[in-house]
Amino acid sequence: MNIPVLQIERFLIVSVQGELKDNDVTALQQNLLERLRRTEAAGVLIDLTAVEVVDSYMGRLLRDTAAMIRLMGVPTVVVGLRPAVAVTLVELGLDLPGIHTDLNLERGLTWLRTQMR
Amino acid sequence: MAENANALVGDTASLSINIQGRDEMVIVTARGAARELSRELGFGIVDQTRVATAISEIIRNVVQYASEGEVQFRVIEENGQPGLEMVVVDQGPGIADVERVLRGGYSTGNGFGRGISGARTLMDDFELQSEVGRGTRVWMRKWLR
Ligand SMILES: Nc1ncnc2c1ncn2[C@@H]1O[C@H](COP(=O)(O)OP(=O)(O)O)[C@@H](O)[C@H]1O
Ligand SMILES: [Mg+2]
Repeated sequence: MNIPVLQIERFLIVSVQGELKDNDVTALQQNLLERLRRTEAAGVLIDLTAVEVVDSYMGRLLRDTAAMIRLMGVPTVVVGLRPAVAVTLVELGLDLPGIHTDLNLERGLTWLRTQMR
Repeated sequence: MAENANALVGDTASLSINIQGRDEMVIVTARGAARELSRELGFGIVDQTRVATAISEIIRNVVQYASEGEVQFRVIEENGQPGLEMVVVDQGPGIADVERVLRGGYSTGNGFGRGISGARTLMDDFELQSEVGRGTRVWMRKWLR
């Protein structure tokens, strides 16, 4: 599955749809980093509204992705975590440390705007 | 998948999926089966997600560390209480220090080391048996509340 990267204002938006395979995430990471370099975007928003399961492997990939983006000097916000996914992540012992999360797209964008200098 | 699961909820309810090679697609398939079966059983959304996440962890381990195995789903009933049983067996290298893996935080795969300990928390019943050189067996159950 190819995960499209959209742009709103100066932010890159990734809306993850349906079942993610590990290869998809690797492709997404590369795509994102490349786009960041080309567009000089000011932030990345990852929308997980459509994602039904995040296991520890996906959790790690998410964290790594955010870390890569941070190394490029750009903030990431993850939005739309389903309540059931939030519950299982905590029970797995993963609370995505170091990743800023927000309730929805709007609030995520608002947060990203406050991060712009 | 949905139709399969429908037919499964009944007295002969069981389904098995082969795990072969490094194909991660089986993780997606097993997650779907777990979710569908637990939904049919009447599990709420959080329990459906717990079960789907637990099987995702355990099957991913087979794909990552063992590559050859099988998962079996069974709709069960004990004292009138329905539940879902999942058994994952592989013929991989086995786990030398089961205690350590159960405690969590230990990984040879550059992971968080939270897959097995996490799956155990997410399920009601959990048992891990492993023999080095022979393989690993994970048995888990979740009851309808
Ligand atoms: N099916 C298996 N066969 C062999 N070794 C396994 C298997 N499952 C888990 N392991 C071992 O147990 C460790 C912990 O597994 P887990 O809790 O899922 O964390 P992680 O996958 O992040 O390392 C793995 O790093 C691996 O060494
Ligand atoms: Mg694991």
